[in-house]
Formats: sequence, structure tokens, C-alpha cells
Amino acid sequence: MAKQVTIDAKGVHYTPLNQQIRKAIEDGADEIVVDNVLGQRFIGDGLRGNATIRVNGVAGGDLAMFMSGPTVIVSGNAEHAPGNTMDSGKVVIHGSAGDAVAHSMRGGKVFVRGDIGYRGGIHMKQYETQRPILVVGGSAQTFLGEYMAGGLLLVLGLDGVMKAREIGSGIHGGEIVIRGDVDEACLAAGAKKLPLTDEDRARIAPVIREFAADFGLDPEPLVNADYTRIVPASARPFAGKYTWE
Amino acid sequence: MDGSGIREALSMMNERGSGEGAGYVAYGIYPDYRDCYALHVFFDKACESKAVIDATLEQWGTIEHDEAIPTCDQPNLRVNCTPWRYFFKPDASLAPGSASPEKDIVTNLVMQINASANGAEVVSSGKNVGVFKAGGSRGPGGSGGWPEDVADYYRIQDYEGYIWLAHNRYATNRPELWERPDPFNLHDWSVVENGKTTTYGANRRYVESFGYNCSTGTDSEVIAYLIDLLVRKHGLDISLAIRALAPPYWEEIDRMPEAEQNLNRALRFAYGSATMNGPFTVVAANPDMMVGFTDRGKLRPMVVGECGDRLYIASEEAAIRAMESGVESIARPAAGEPVIGRVAP
Repeated sequence: MAKQVTIDAKGVHYTPLNQQIRKAIEDGADEIVVDNVLGQRFIGDGLRGNATIRVNGVAGGDLAMFMSGPTVIVSGNAEHAPGNTMDSGKVVIHGSAGDAVAHSMRGGKVFVRGDIGYRGGIHMKQYETQRPILVVGGSAQTFLGEYMAGGLLLVLGLDGVMKAREIGSGIHGGEIVIRGDVDEACLAAGAKKLPLTDEDRARIAPVIREFAADFGLDPEPLVNADYTRIVPASARPFAGKYTWE
Repeated sequence: MDGSGIREALSMMNERGSGEGAGYVAYGIYPDYRDCYALHVFFDKACESKAVIDATLEQWGTIEHDEAIPTCDQPNLRVNCTPWRYFFKPDASLAPGSASPEKDIVTNLVMQINASANGAEVVSSGKNVGVFKAGGSRGPGGSGGWPEDVADYYRIQDYEGYIWLAHNRYATNRPELWERPDPFNLHDWSVVENGKTTTYGANRRYVESFGYNCSTGTDSEVIAYLIDLLVRKHGLDISLAIRALAPPYWEEIDRMPEAEQNLNRALRFAYGSATMNGPFTVVAANPDMMVGFTDRGKLRPMVVGECGDRLYIASEEAAIRAMESGVESIARPAAGEPVIGRVAP
């Protein structure tokens, strides 16, 4: 039988709170419900295994940093850098998130239903089968996919205007897929637009379906929508800027 | 609002501070002296310096009342000065030809007192407003200075204000000096800043060329003077002043309609030396408004909350919810975009 543990985070500093969560996982909990979260940082950091952590409230910065395996579901918003250097597992945020979402992420999935701030997906990376995925339901802000080195960054723009400019500044790996057309002027130097091929669509369709299922959306219009794919123009975007050969 | 709410909110963000200083500013706290400029002064040794300051002030106006600021010693705060307050009426006839003679006199007095080594530092100088701040170094023999210590030292819960700003300091220099932490104030304007401007030198030289004297080496002090210069002296609307301080990039200007391009180019040319670079979020206030903006590269966070007729600007949503659990909207404005809340008449 699944073992559930409930923790009241009201007025608790993040250190004892995270110790309680870690202890619950060590004691074999499958699901940990953390109520009254108000800005406590570092929730889920470095955790392994496959437990589910439900964060009820506003998650503080660096949620699920270095996490390897568990699922974190946030009912509200998250602050800066959820999924920072995350290894595997999944973060589902029902609200919006701050700047540097999925910062240096190296595997697993981060799904944000609302908007994300500046520098989403900054320096996401990939290695062999490790391929991180960040999906944003609303809009992303400027410097999306900055220095991106790998993985998939998908922005669905469900709530209106897409605000990001300087997209893919310094991108040298991975791909950014944005629903609808993206004005060439919004791309940073070193990023280029490509049309989405049928093969690309087949590859992102399961991700879209999973995202839609998590947030109760109708997946088919999203699977069949028009997308712009943004990839590195070169593997060494700053080759001529900082080095002379 | 009394000061207990903002004390809680600031305390939520102790991770952002270093326990080496904090400060608060409140508008509307001195209704009995609403027509006087309230000068908050730190005296190193009141018995030595106070007579000099009294004489200086009386030369330029009338001291209606003065007293020690009520304080309550805290175990974690080492007191190294005496906070004092004057309620002062400048004599406008002594600044003939000025468009704002009282404020010019107060500005000059603040610059003069703070520039000289007289053991006195004016930390706020506006009507119906006051800055309450303290510093302290940590470690062996250190004195601490977390937001709660500073709030309790000044008993800020005893003050009723309609605008509050507060700052949790991560000290990078001289934490023991009480005048160093934010907020910085010059009569109407008060400033708190999360970040560091890399253009401090250029901005300081610019603002000093108009007679301001930057005595603390802190960028928030320069920002307070820049805003006073642009808004009061040059007559810029607050949103234009912010556009001058945190302007759009040239590439963004190139994409604007022609009239807007011309305005933005003119602002950048005129105020190139006032332009602030580096990571920052600034919240400023005067008696009529509160305004927040970030650097144009958005290297610091800014969260805005609204609830009824109340506006909240903070580094983290949790701080807003600590004060207003039922907050109705939460937004994260774009880089350089000013958020302005005006006080209802």
C-alpha cells in the first residue's frame, strides 16, 4: 500500500523542512504532501528514488535542484531556478515561475503551466540518453535558451503574446520549439529558425500529450499546431568573438 | 499600516541578507510635524556633535522640536551611534531664485553635514518620513543586524505609515557603519536596491557635477540623488526618469515607431552618464508614489502583487504573501518596465 506523509510547512525554515522530507523518503514514503509552503527554498534538492512530493503553496528558489528521480508537483507558483541542474525525475508547476527556470538542467522534465521569467532553460545540456525537457504553457521571457547546450525547450504560448526576445543567445546545442511563428528579430545572433518537420512533430508529440494530460488540456490541437524550431547556427557561436585562430 | 507587517515580510527573505544590516523607511509617520522636514541623524557622540548640528540648522531655519529617536536595545545589535531626529523648518527666503527653496536648503544641509567629519550623518530628511536602519558585522566580536533586530531596536511596529520600504542587507563593505545599509533618502525620495550598479563611478561623477555629494560610497545613495535630480530639478516625469536610468537597448529603440525612437535616443544622449548598468532592482518612493524597476538585462528578480488599493513590490512572492495572504494578483514585470503605484488623493 502506498505510504503517504503530510508535513505542515507553516513557519518552518527550509532546513528543518527539507530534513523532514528527506526523512520521510528514507522511511519509505511514496507520497509526501507539504502544506502551507511559503517560499521555502531547496525543496526536493538532491533527492533520489521515485516518490511524489506535492508542494501546496509557493515553492522557494532552486526547487528540485540536483534531483534524481522523484516527481515534484507544485500547486502554486515557484521562484527562481526550479529544476536547477536536475538529473532526472519531473517537476510540474501549476502556476508560473521566476527567472532561470531549468538552469543547467541535465535530465528529466520541468513542466510549467503558466509563464516563466527571463533566461528560461539557460545552459540546459544533454549527454547520450540524458536529454532534459522544459515545457512552458504560457510565455517565456527574453534570453530564452541562453547558452543552451542540449535538450528540448518547448513554449506553447497558450495565454497570448510570446514575450521572449534574444532567443537562443549563445545556443550551441539542443532545440527550442515555439508554437506559432517567431519573428526573425526575436532571435539572438547564433540562433536560426527551421521549419518543424514531420519527424520533429512525431518526436515532440508525446511530450505535448504528457503536458496536456498533467494540466487537463486537450492535446490534439496542440499536437497539430504550427511550430517554429530554433537551433544553433553553429556549434561554436562565439568562435570569432573570444578566440582568434 | 504599522511596521510589523513589513518586518515579517523582510524576515521571509533572510536568505538574501547576511545579518549585517537592514533598514526601513516609512511615509506618514509624523502627522504632528507634517510641515517640518524630519531629519534623522546618527551622532557618533551626541554630546560632542549635536551643538554643531544645532547651530548649522538654526543658521538656515528653525528647529521646531528635536529628540532622541526612541529605541530598545537588542541583544544582537551593537549600538555605535545615537539616532536623533529634528523637526526642521528651513527659511525659504535664504534661497532666493530657487524653484524649490526649502528642498534646496535641506539638500545642501544634508550634503554639507554628511561631507564633513563632524560625527553626524543625516540618514533621512523628508517631511513626514523617516529612515530607520542599522548595520553590524558578524563573526567573532560582531554585532549582527538582521531585519528583526533592527525593527525591534527602533520599535517600528509603533509607527503608522502609508508607504513602507525595507531592505535586507548582504554587506559587501564596512558592515559596521550604520549609515551604509539601504534605504537611502533625500527629502521626498527614498530608495532601496537589490543589486549593484557597475556604473557607480560614472553615475556618481555625473550627479556630483550637479552639487550632490556622495559620502557613503553606496550605489543606492547615488540612485536617490539621481532621481531627485531628474524629477525635481529637471522636471522629468517619473516614468521618463526611469527610462533615462534603465533605458532600452539601442536595438530595441531601432524597432520603435519614429516618434518614440526620437524620444528614446534623445533621452539616451542626454542622460548617458546617468544610465545604470549591472544587476539591480530598485524600489523608490516619495510622498505621492512608490515605483519599482529592474535593470534592462533583468539580472535581479522583481515580483509585484496587488490587493485592493494596496501595491506590493518584492524580490520574492513569499514576502508579499507574508503581508497579504489573500493577494489578488501576482506579476513579474519586464526588464526596465516601471511599476508605479500612486497614492490616492
